[in-house]
Amino acid sequence: MKQDIILAGVGGQGILSIAFVIDNAALKQGLDFKQAEVHGMAQRGGAVQSHLRISDKPVFSDLIPKGAADMILSVEPMECVRYLDYLSPEGIVITSRSPFVNIPDYPDIDKVLGAIETVANRVIVDSDKLAKEAGSPKAQNMVMLGAASPHLILEEANLREFIRVLFAPRGEKLVEMNLKAFDLGRSSAMKS
Amino acid sequence: MKQEVLLGDEAVALGAIHAGLSGGYSYPGTPASEIMEYLVRASAHEKKFVASWSVNEKVAYEEALGVSYAGKRALVSMKHVGLNVAADPFMNSAITGANGGLVVVVADDPGMHSSQNEQDSRYFAEFAKVFCFEPSNHQEAYDMTREAFELSEKLGIPVMIRMVTRLSHSRSRVQPRPPKQQNPLKYGVGTDWILLPVHARRRFKLLVDKQKDLISVSNRSEFNSLQINPKNTTLGIIASGIAANYVIENYTGGHEQPSFLKLTTYPIPEDLVKKLVDHVDTVLIVEEGYPFIEKSISGVFGIAGKNIRGKLSGHLPSTGELSPGIVRQGLGIEALPKRDISDFPMAGRPPQLCQGCSHADTYRALNEALESYPESNVFSDIGCYTLGALPPYNAIQSCVCMGASVSMAKGGAEAGVYPSVAVIGDSTFAHSGITPLLAAAAANTNMTVFILDNATVAMTGGQPTFLSGEKLAKVTEGMGVAKEHIRTILPLPKNHDENVQIMKQELDYQGLSVVIAARECVQQARKKKRSKT
Repeated sequence: MKQDIILAGVGGQGILSIAFVIDNAALKQGLDFKQAEVHGMAQRGGAVQSHLRISDKPVFSDLIPKGAADMILSVEPMECVRYLDYLSPEGIVITSRSPFVNIPDYPDIDKVLGAIETVANRVIVDSDKLAKEAGSPKAQNMVMLGAASPHLILEEANLREFIRVLFAPRGEKLVEMNLKAFDLGRSSAMKS
Repeated sequence: MKQEVLLGDEAVALGAIHAGLSGGYSYPGTPASEIMEYLVRASAHEKKFVASWSVNEKVAYEEALGVSYAGKRALVSMKHVGLNVAADPFMNSAITGANGGLVVVVADDPGMHSSQNEQDSRYFAEFAKVFCFEPSNHQEAYDMTREAFELSEKLGIPVMIRMVTRLSHSRSRVQPRPPKQQNPLKYGVGTDWILLPVHARRRFKLLVDKQKDLISVSNRSEFNSLQINPKNTTLGIIASGIAANYVIENYTGGHEQPSFLKLTTYPIPEDLVKKLVDHVDTVLIVEEGYPFIEKSISGVFGIAGKNIRGKLSGHLPSTGELSPGIVRQGLGIEALPKRDISDFPMAGRPPQLCQGCSHADTYRALNEALESYPESNVFSDIGCYTLGALPPYNAIQSCVCMGASVSMAKGGAEAGVYPSVAVIGDSTFAHSGITPLLAAAAANTNMTVFILDNATVAMTGGQPTFLSGEKLAKVTEGMGVAKEHIRTILPLPKNHDENVQIMKQELDYQGLSVVIAARECVQQARKKKRSKT
């Protein structure tokens, strides 16, 4: 049992928060995992990705080989396309459809979504709308984690537990808001 | 003890704490910063050891050396280019030797994710003739750090741990072991540490004689493993550090693994290498960084009757970072099928200055002030403000090494450049900008130095700075810069016109001026606000 996930987004979208929840849920389930992330210069408003590998056998490489990812989980549609060459032929993409435009040459959104639609196995979520519904546009990361959750080899209860742990220092209101974002993402993915 | 989820950097830090660390020192630099971040947090919590950001890597190294001299265990950590700054104490500490365990952790950045070069610190370990560990995973990072302290005391020399970005910034499980007590304080180590020629000659000879012991430790190290495949005498692989993972990764899919030496200690474990080379016709060497092992083994003339392959032979790329896919190609295994996305009009998303960053306002004003001169050079330095090189600012023309902006502006001015401008951050100035400004002040060089004071080491996550605000202006004045040519501006859009005028006045002045652009980093201001609420 193993799952290789490329997490993608833009610096500031909370990619590493998704990784924190998945890492700890994996640890709780006794799985091995490695999660390579980007710090430093590349982080400043740039494209951010994290390679996350979970397995019941030892994980060796910190990086996922191109063509081997079981899932691309992206909080931003163009960032999803950037890593499509990592996806295995049977892999699934779970991505937001809400573009984050902080560059002058952002491609036509229909082209972006068109590229995503070449993947048969896909869940495309209006994360911006659902996050606002949950209470804050900043919660798009938890919406996307929720959307991915039915497809992860991790138990929902464990994911919820570590969302709680992650946001607890910032108060119960924020915990509840992020859990709601997770739920909205999850139910939207189950419907699609 | 409970398993922990740690970055590779944090695994090193925890290993050091559990080895009985008394003092940890560092200067921030990606990908090494998280080692000291962890030590600082742990030390604030436990208050049992010192964990301190230093003014630069040389100072950090010397502080650690002082701890070692006193018989206690010390760690000093830095990014690869930081060791260039600390090279003087590093090289000489191999000759004085270590008293309490002295571990130097250097994080290399193959692929230059956040650096100006991809120099390989294993050469430095060899240069200084010290032992070096190269962990391949988090557990080894923890275990090797503990072992490094033991070995440092046993061999009486500093020991290096070579990290690379992918391990430093990857998170995984670590199983800690019960911690050790700190060493007691011990005064004095005779004359060994007085590197007058009379003592240094004796000490250097001792270090050279010790090399056979280092090789013997390397040959016997439990961290190296040799698996001989008796059925295959064609190909054998030597892979070091995380490169070993990429090799194993490619043999988990059913391909039979050839004879394999996982090499994680230096000097090179000669016996293990010989056993592998004797068994096969062709040896492929897979290593992150420069072809260190490959070159050491093949020498100038190679090994008669054997094919030594790797980066030098062109079987693996000589630049950039390795990956499972690149190594797969080097191993001659067919590539995994993957989607072709080359037709998609992908846009880059380069790093950029934050919304509301003070540097952006400074650069807008500086660009305008320089418009009235036909030519100019803006020498800059290392920090967030280096992003001023990118559009829309295109405001700087150099980024070489810490503090170089000030010295280069002086050289430029002396070559006839006018205006010759230096742009440096407050922490970089404290690190290596003070000494060249002292020289420029003494010569009253016709140049303008901009110190961008955002009161933090911003690029690496907001570590404390040593020289900011009023203290910075006072130090500048104390160094001999004329008081009327030390100007402090507040870089805000509403002050733009006034700031341009001040800059023009100082650029026009035929002598040394310092313009301090002081406004707090927006990220730090946000963090402060958040922690208050």
